[in-house]
Amino acid sequence: MSDHHHDDDHDHEHGSHLSEVQLRVRALETILTEKGYIDPAVLDQIVEHFETKVGPHVGARVVARAWVDPAFKASLLEDATRTINESGAFETIGDHLIAVENTPGQHNMVVCTLCSCYPWDVLGLPPVWYKSAPYRSRVVIDPRSVLADFGVTIPADTRIRVWDSTAETRYMVLPQRPVGTDGWSEAQLAELVTRDSMIGTGVAAQPGAPK
Amino acid sequence: MNGVHDMGGMHGFGKIEPESDEPPFHAEWEGRVLGLVRGLLFTRTWNIDIFRFTQERLPARVYLDVSYYHRWLLSITQSALDYGLVERDELAAGHALHPAKAVERTMKLSDAHVAYVRGPFGRTPQAEPRFKPGDRVRTRNINPLGHTRLPRYARDKEGRVEAIRGCHVYPDSKAAGKGDDPQWLYTVAFTGREVWGEQADPSLSVSIDAFEPYLEDA
Repeated sequence: MSDHHHDDDHDHEHGSHLSEVQLRVRALETILTEKGYIDPAVLDQIVEHFETKVGPHVGARVVARAWVDPAFKASLLEDATRTINESGAFETIGDHLIAVENTPGQHNMVVCTLCSCYPWDVLGLPPVWYKSAPYRSRVVIDPRSVLADFGVTIPADTRIRVWDSTAETRYMVLPQRPVGTDGWSEAQLAELVTRDSMIGTGVAAQPGAPK
Repeated sequence: MNGVHDMGGMHGFGKIEPESDEPPFHAEWEGRVLGLVRGLLFTRTWNIDIFRFTQERLPARVYLDVSYYHRWLLSITQSALDYGLVERDELAAGHALHPAKAVERTMKLSDAHVAYVRGPFGRTPQAEPRFKPGDRVRTRNINPLGHTRLPRYARDKEGRVEAIRGCHVYPDSKAAGKGDDPQWLYTVAFTGREVWGEQADPSLSVSIDAFEPYLEDA
């Protein structure tokens, strides 16, 4: 992480700056705790949840289910939040999740140009690059160059659709199922579903290929 | 507001650098900041739209220079001052020096699950939706000093309504402290050419989720 244009790296490059931020966080948490506005034990629990419970594995299971169950897939594309919550197979997620399907004719990509909106209840916390200026600025005007940064090439005649998450709707991409996976179980298929394939900066891993 | 946060279409920010096996947090304090943001929002002293707008109002060079969670820290610190939860002398001392003011509620361990699931933003409509899927619409040319979720690149552009997403809290109102003012929300798609001109990738289309006040008949 050496590119000084990468806005989110700044703090990690300067030890003194980092410790100053750390001190400010500690001071604010102390004051808010002493005044009874927050409880550090609750913060511990929230941090633990985001570090250990949520992550792309949740979305990967949803995608794998959609690949093997056409009725689930149709329902997911109709209303993703309702479908996931009513299936009973996944943790409860928040409102207004929208799943968009990649097809041979259309590749979908998700961004929040204004801040960092991200479907964290199915994908976990967003990676630094998703929240960074290079991605937020460029994907809406030149998505193929963004894909090139990820080493991904999409055929020139495939439509590219960029979904800018400008409201409290949240988008996840339903990637195309890799060929050569007939008869695979949901658990096996879920292993092929990468985080980036559900944002649209990647495609699902091929069988046998490293993710 | 026309701030640097509204980045869609800007040039010059360089290459995207994905990090392999990226951890949820890069430092312990980042997780604390996330927890503070959730815990403070729970008190209903301010809201998510004010949280975003406060980041947008940071000096542009600060917004671009600091890391993501540092920006969150600056936002909640400013709001804690603005709403009287903390005072400057307390920040300097690192301890409470004044009595706490009353807040609507505080997050207990039994409430922590609220922080794990996104809150609901759907609201009872005040009127029938003005547009329907398939309608041609034009986004308004607005340049408010306040908070808006209509990005600059998508203003004064003709597009097609693809879906009605329900009736939601209106961030432009909420961030101004003027209540929910629920508005219909639509996914509106634009051709790359409409947004970026003749040089645009012909295979590109871009959509935003637009609140009804952003739209007029094409």
